[in-house]
Amino acid sequence: MRVLVKGAGVAGLTVAYELASRGAAVTVCEVRPEIGHNASWLAGGMLAPWCERESAERAVVTLGSGAADWWEAVLPGHVARTGTLVLAHARDAPELARFSARTENHRRLSVEDIANLEPDLAGRFRHGLLFAEEAHLDPRRAMEALARELNAKGIAFRFGDEQVSPSGFDRIIDCTGIASPDPDLRGVRGEMLILRTREIALTRPVRLLHPRHPIYIVPRADHHFMVGATMIETDNDGPVTARSLMELLNTAYALHPAFGEAEITEMGAALRPAYRDNFPRVSSCGATITVNGFHRHGFLLAPAMARRAADLVFNSDMESDNEIDRQRRSA
Amino acid sequence: MLSLYGTEIASRLLLGTAQYPSPAILTAAAKASGTEIVTVSLRRESAGGASGGRFWSLIRELGVRILPNTAGCHTVKEAVTTARMAREVFATDWIKLEVIGNHDTLQPDVFALVEAARILTDEGFAVFPYTTEDLVVAERLLEAGCKVLMPWCAPIGSATGPENIRALRSLRAHFPDTPLIVDAGLGRPSQAAEVMELGFDAVLLNTAVARAGDPARMAAAFAKAVEAGHNAFHAGLVEPRDTAVPSTPVIGQAVFS
Repeated sequence: MRVLVKGAGVAGLTVAYELASRGAAVTVCEVRPEIGHNASWLAGGMLAPWCERESAERAVVTLGSGAADWWEAVLPGHVARTGTLVLAHARDAPELARFSARTENHRRLSVEDIANLEPDLAGRFRHGLLFAEEAHLDPRRAMEALARELNAKGIAFRFGDEQVSPSGFDRIIDCTGIASPDPDLRGVRGEMLILRTREIALTRPVRLLHPRHPIYIVPRADHHFMVGATMIETDNDGPVTARSLMELLNTAYALHPAFGEAEITEMGAALRPAYRDNFPRVSSCGATITVNGFHRHGFLLAPAMARRAADLVFNSDMESDNEIDRQRRSA
Repeated sequence: MLSLYGTEIASRLLLGTAQYPSPAILTAAAKASGTEIVTVSLRRESAGGASGGRFWSLIRELGVRILPNTAGCHTVKEAVTTARMAREVFATDWIKLEVIGNHDTLQPDVFALVEAARILTDEGFAVFPYTTEDLVVAERLLEAGCKVLMPWCAPIGSATGPENIRALRSLRAHFPDTPLIVDAGLGRPSQAAEVMELGFDAVLLNTAVARAGDPARMAAAFAKAVEAGHNAFHAGLVEPRDTAVPSTPVIGQAVFS
């Protein structure tokens, strides 16, 4: 079975891995000259199905709860299983109550609990939630490591190549995100920034709830922090706006004033590909299978969707998305 | 029927389109609410560009009338520019005019609001001003050419319900012939029923539906409450009193105790 995977974002790489593991001869083509600089590159890398359930359907838990295990098995050492901390300022206490009511698998934290978990945040928040089973990874390191892993398995990468001929391949898997011609896809703009400071340390992603600008901060190596992300309904992927930058920085500053002294090492904006229900889909048309629409759940749902795509490739009698639709209906 | 700038509207529930978990859920909520008018924010979703892209197409596909708004504008100039852009993008003269005066409470800047309303009505816009419950501001807005008023009953997104019933009553009493739509601050269907019982013509909801656990079901619940409140107002509510009033005569009945 010879398969061409188009796109080397998190969807393309995970699909390539699943296919190669089942014995397919996989070629990955990517229009960009190297790994990265796509929507996945700007992702938070949170493997947080229970938190995401706040605004996503139950399938985000049923399909996403195995993601940390998948990444850990494929890339040992990349996954930090330190949970997620959800906080709100006293004036936004109703937001915390709402978040708590809409999610599961968390426990309520006291002032002392928060101080024990994140000493640098001691005394700053009265209430919080810990989602202890959640995890996170650094998307950039993970994508580069996964590409190396695929190389080692003998998978061919063709970078900077827009015109890979489909002839000679039994199946084509389109994982091109917002660049896909699928008319059902829309862009949901996300803006993020990376800060660097030695004045504060966090050991887990922190979500700061706010009625208008809920923001998360994910600790990365070498005193870096990824701050994200806006959610704007537009197909404009232009530079980060001043307003969004203010919102992101305001929230970081509100979490801890030390972020006010941080260096801004990067700002980025990209379009999340999304279907109408904001849930990814594996769809089949002739010899082409499309894996797309990850919205804000690329690293979380890519493993489950990649398995699904591989099932389709090796069992062409299977009807695409039926199983997932059924799971979602019964959820 | 409710008449807004000459357009007859059967549903007295207007729905905002922000904050839903997905466009699919927004569509389900809009259908369940029976709404005929949805509001759309131009400023936020355009992110500096001219197009909200696919999302605006999805809103158009709802098949209901679109009331673009100037949410997020803080000055007269911003609001007027956004209104003109909305007219081009959605091919409508309707504009829900918001000029925010306080970032924290999202309270309208009523002075800038009146000024922007005057400019826009002169340009032929049908202006739906998001205002406070202040009577004098309401008068100024009508003088500026507005034919509909959209007072808040509490801050946007607060879900607290009417904070100043007396002022809302007074507004209704002073402007019996002007369509009055409670714009912001409703959290529960019972609160929507409450303002409709005061004789308000319609309500606009966003957060209370969009952030509910099941937005479509909540939209349906609000639709019933709005209808109930409206019917109750026109049916003539019985005024409360301190003493019991038996519903059957007591004189002449046997007394057993």
